[in-house]
Amino acid sequence: MIIIKCPYCGDRDHSEFSYGSDASIVYPSLDAPEKDWVEAVFFRENIKGIQRETWQHSNGCRMWLEVERSTITHEIKSVKPCHTQLQKVFEK
Amino acid sequence: MSSRRIENFGKINRQKQLKFSWENKNYFGYQGDSLASALLANDIRVVGRSFKYHRPRGIMSCGVEESGGLVTIGTGDRKEPNVRVTSQELYEGLIASGQNAFPSVNFDLASINNLLSRFVPAGFYYKTFMGIPPFEWGSGTSVWMFFEKFIRKAAGMGRSSRLPDPDVYEHANDHCDILIVGSGPAGIAAAKEAADRKLDVILVEQDNMIGGDQLSESEFNSDEAFKELKSLGVRVMKRTTAFGLYDNCVLGLVERVEENVTLSDRRLPKQRFWIVRAKHVLIGSGSFERHIAFNNNDVPGSMTVNASKHYLNRYGVLTGKKIVITTNNDSVYSTAEILAKAGANVIVLDNRKETNIDLNKNNFEVINGVVPYNINGSKKINSLDIANSINSKYNKIDTITCDQVLMSGGWSPAVHLLSHRGVRPVWDTENLCFVPGEPKENITVIGSARGIWGKGDCIDSGIAGTLDAINKLGISKTDYFFPKQGGWMNPIEPLYEVKSKKTRSKSFVDFQHDVICDDVRLAHREGFISVEHLKRYTTLGMANDQGKMGNIIGLSLMADLLGKEIPEVGTTTFRPPFTPVSIGALAGRSVGKHFMPLRTTPMHAWNLENGATMIDAGLYDRPWYFPKSNETIDEAYIREAATVRKTVGICDVSSLGKIAIQGPDSTEFINRIYTNAFAKLPINKTRYGIMLRDDGIVLDDGTCWRLSDNEYFMTTSTSQAGKVMSWLEELLQVRWTDLKVNVTSVSEQWGVAAISGPKTRDVLSQCLEDPSTISNENLPFMCFISATLKGGIPCRIARISFSGELGFEIYIQADYANIMMDILWKSAKQFDGCLYGVEALGALRIEKGHVTGAELDGRTTIDDVGLGKMASDKKSYIGSALRKRGVLSASDREKLVGFFPVNKNDTFASGTIICEKNNIKGFGVGRITSVTHSPELGHWIGLGFIKGGVEEWKNINVIGSDPIRNKQIEIQVVSSHMLDPKGERMHG
Repeated sequence: MIIIKCPYCGDRDHSEFSYGSDASIVYPSLDAPEKDWVEAVFFRENIKGIQRETWQHSNGCRMWLEVERSTITHEIKSVKPCHTQLQKVFEK
Repeated sequence: MSSRRIENFGKINRQKQLKFSWENKNYFGYQGDSLASALLANDIRVVGRSFKYHRPRGIMSCGVEESGGLVTIGTGDRKEPNVRVTSQELYEGLIASGQNAFPSVNFDLASINNLLSRFVPAGFYYKTFMGIPPFEWGSGTSVWMFFEKFIRKAAGMGRSSRLPDPDVYEHANDHCDILIVGSGPAGIAAAKEAADRKLDVILVEQDNMIGGDQLSESEFNSDEAFKELKSLGVRVMKRTTAFGLYDNCVLGLVERVEENVTLSDRRLPKQRFWIVRAKHVLIGSGSFERHIAFNNNDVPGSMTVNASKHYLNRYGVLTGKKIVITTNNDSVYSTAEILAKAGANVIVLDNRKETNIDLNKNNFEVINGVVPYNINGSKKINSLDIANSINSKYNKIDTITCDQVLMSGGWSPAVHLLSHRGVRPVWDTENLCFVPGEPKENITVIGSARGIWGKGDCIDSGIAGTLDAINKLGISKTDYFFPKQGGWMNPIEPLYEVKSKKTRSKSFVDFQHDVICDDVRLAHREGFISVEHLKRYTTLGMANDQGKMGNIIGLSLMADLLGKEIPEVGTTTFRPPFTPVSIGALAGRSVGKHFMPLRTTPMHAWNLENGATMIDAGLYDRPWYFPKSNETIDEAYIREAATVRKTVGICDVSSLGKIAIQGPDSTEFINRIYTNAFAKLPINKTRYGIMLRDDGIVLDDGTCWRLSDNEYFMTTSTSQAGKVMSWLEELLQVRWTDLKVNVTSVSEQWGVAAISGPKTRDVLSQCLEDPSTISNENLPFMCFISATLKGGIPCRIARISFSGELGFEIYIQADYANIMMDILWKSAKQFDGCLYGVEALGALRIEKGHVTGAELDGRTTIDDVGLGKMASDKKSYIGSALRKRGVLSASDREKLVGFFPVNKNDTFASGTIICEKNNIKGFGVGRITSVTHSPELGHWIGLGFIKGGVEEWKNINVIGSDPIRNKQIEIQVVSSHMLDPKGERMHG
C-alpha cells in the first residue's frame, strides 16, 4: 500500500503504477561490446536501504518516474520524472 | 449454569420480539440481542463441540475472541460456518445450528474421542504419518493418501455451502485525517478532541453499538454518544472491523452492512470491503480478558468475568444463579457487585492473600488465597473444587456448589494492528501483559490497548492520542502526556495454570483446538520450545480466534518449563486479518462476468449478430468461429480455413496493437528498435519487423508503415500491445531522451478487417469508390494506400498476408467498423466467401509456418524461429549485443520446424514432447507449440521446435509423447513452411 507522488498527477496508490527496473543502471550504447551489455542487463545490487527504481504511471499519465524507495520500510524518499527535460519542467 | 432474562437490566428493546431457530427449534429474543445473549436467555447451555475431543462447549465470552460458541448460520446457498454467536446480531427468522457434532451438539457420538484422547496427543498426525521404525512400511504418501479421506471428513469445524454465493459484496475507498479504531472511552474521547479541532475523523467500531467496554455499564447510553459524535462531524462506522493495518496508514476494513437484517428485507450489499487511507491512526482496540487453565475449565458455564457483566447490563441476561468468580486481579469486583445486585449468589475467589477493594462487599463473599482446581460436571457445572497453594503445589481444600464459574486471569491488550506493522509488543512485568511497542509511523495506541485500565485514564489517553497525532502531523504544537499503564489498587499476581495432581487432566489453554497444558509440556519434552514451533506442533493459537484467549497461558507454561521469563520466550506475530474476512468481501464485484475487465473490438456487436462464437483472447472477446446450423467447432474452422484458400474470408483483427509514432527522429527510433533495416523504408511502404529485448530474446513481431518523412504507424501482436507501448515510452523517457519522438497508442481508434483468399481483389474492388486503388500496380505486396469505401468512408488498406493468400487489411475509424463489415460481407457473399474466427486464422498461419505468441514465448531467439535473415549485421539495435551470447548461439538449440503424423489419421496436442524413438523420457529433443487440422493437406499438422532444426532430422522420424493423455505417436519432421513455401499465392 505504497503511495507514490506522481509529479503530474499527485499522490496516487501504487496499484496505478508498474515497476520498471533499477534506475541506477546506465545502459551502454547499442554498439557497445557484449560484456558491457551483460553487465548492464544481468548484474544487480541487492540493496538493503534506499534504492533507485524506475516506475511508470501506467494507469495515469504514463510518465516514467525515478523513485527512491527504502527496501526495508517501503518509504518513498523522492519521485521525479526520468526524462531530464521533464525534470526541469517540474522543478519550476 | 441456568441463565435467564432479568427485568430492569440491559439495553435491549423489549417491545420488539424476534423469532429465531436453534437446532430446528424456535425461540424468541429481543431487538438488540446477539445470538449469544438470545441463546443464554433461553438457557441453552451447549452450543458447540470442541475440535478434537468433541467436548461440549458453551458460550465463553462476549466478543470476537469467542472460543465456544461457533455455529453455522443460514441454510442452502447462504449456509455460513464458524460464525461466532457473540458477534452475530439477532434478526427475525435467523436460523442457526450447531456444528462438528452428530447427531446434535447436545448428544454427539464423536465425543468418544474425549475418552481416546490419550492416543491423540499433540503432533499426532506428524508422528503417525512420518513413519517411525519399526513401522517404516507406514511412512510415505501412500498411507497418508489412504487415511486422508477419513481424516478430512473428521477434521474441520462447520461446513460451508458448496453453492455459488448469492450475496453481493462491494469495495469502497476513503480518506481521512485521523482514523480511530475502537469506540471505547479512549476512542470516543479522541474522536471528540479531533473533531473539535476541525479534523476529518473516522471512528471504526466492530460492534453494532458504540461504547466498547462501556456497554457493560448500566448508566451508559450508546445512542446519545453516537448522536453527539455525529453532531460533531465524526464519521462513525459501526459493524466495521479494522482487520489489517498496512504501509502509509492504510487500513483494511470490512463493514457488515446487512447481516443484522431479516433475509427477505436485505437490499444492500452483504458486506463492504473498505480501503481507507488515513494520515494518522489511533488504535483503541481494547483488551481481552484471559481465562485460567485448570482441570475441566471448559465445561459449559465457564466464562470470562467481564462477559457476564456485558450480558447483564447490555442484554439483561443473568448468566448464572450461583456464580463463582476466580481471579488474580481487581477488575472483577464491579462485576461481582452488579451480579449480586441482579440476584445471583456470588463468591469471589482471589488468589492474592489480601486485597483492599473500595467496594461495598456486603452482598457477595470474597475468599482470598484460593484458586479454582477442578470443575465437576460435563454438560453443565455442578460444583467447583477449590485449592490453596503451598510451595507452588496446589491442594484441594473444598468444593463449592455452583452453576457458573467466571474466570479472570488478567488482561491482554489487543496489540494485533500494531503487530501488523512489525512492531513487537513489550512485556509489562507489573501488569503481566504484553503492551504495544513504540510505532515509528503515524500510529498511536490509546486506552486499554495501551495497557491503561482505569476509565478516566483511558479518556485522558484518548485526548493525548489526538494531541500526539496533531503534533506528528505538524498541525500544531501542544503539550500532552499519556497516563501510566495499569491502574489497579492491588497488584495483579501471576495465575496461569492451576496444575492438577491428576495424571490426565484436561486444563485447556486453547479451547477451540483442544490444546491442553499437557500438550505444551509434551511439545517441550519433544524439543519444540520456540514459540513458533510450539504453535505449529500443538496448534495453539491457530484456531478461529488466533490465540486471543489462550496465547499468554501457553507462553507462560513454556517459560516456566524453560526456567525463563515470558518476554524471553517471546510471542508469535499477529498477522492480518484481526478477525476472519470472507472471500466474498475480498472478491467484491470481481466475480462472474466482472472477474476481469472485458475488451471488445469495434465490430463486436456485428460479429455477434453474424453468428460468431466468441473466445477469450487475453482481455479481448474475439470471434472464435462462425458455425453454420449444427456445425461443431472442428467442422466450422476447417470449413472456414478451406474457404479462405478456395475463395475468400473476412476476419476481425482489430485487437492488434496500433501505435502512432511521430517526430523528427522517428526514423532513427524505429531503426534502433527493429532488428531489420528500416532507415530507408519508402513512404507508403510497410515492412514486417522483429523487436528484441535487451537480452537478445524476441519481444514481438508486427508491421510498421511509413506515412510520411516523420510519421510511422506500427502494429503489434494482440498480446504484447501493452508491453510494447510501455517499452517504447521507457526508451524515449529513460534512455534516449535526446530523440524527438512521440508515441501514442491508437489501438482503440481503428477497426481492422483482414480479407484474404484468391477472390479478395474481386470482393474488395466492389466495395471501393475507385476499384483501381488496389490493383497490383497501385498496391503491390507490402504497401498501403489511402482509399474510400463506398459511401465515402475513408480507410487505409495495407497489402499484408498472415494467411499466406492474397490478402489485405483494411483499417477504418472505429465508429465505421460495423458499416465496413456490412459492405465487405455483402460483397464476399457473392463470391461464396465466409467469415472466419481465430481458430481458422490459427490453422491458416500454422500451415504457412507463421509464428505467434506460442512460438515467441519469451525464450526463443530470432534464429530459433528461422527469421535470422531479418537480423541486420549493418546496424546496432536493441538486443543486437546479446542475441548471440553464449547459449543463444549453441548449435543444438531448438529450431522452428513443422510436424506431420506418419499415420495421417493421427492427431496430437500442443505441449506434446518430441523424443527420439528409443529414448522417450524427460524433456526430449523438442516440443510442439501449435497444432491444427490442415484442410489443404488433409491431415493434422503442428508447429514447434526440435534440436538442430529440420536438417538434423531428415528421414529420421521421432515420437510425439503426450504423458498427460498417455499417448505416443510417430511423427515426421518437416520444414515450418508447410504450404506454398515460395509465397506465390500472396503475390498473386
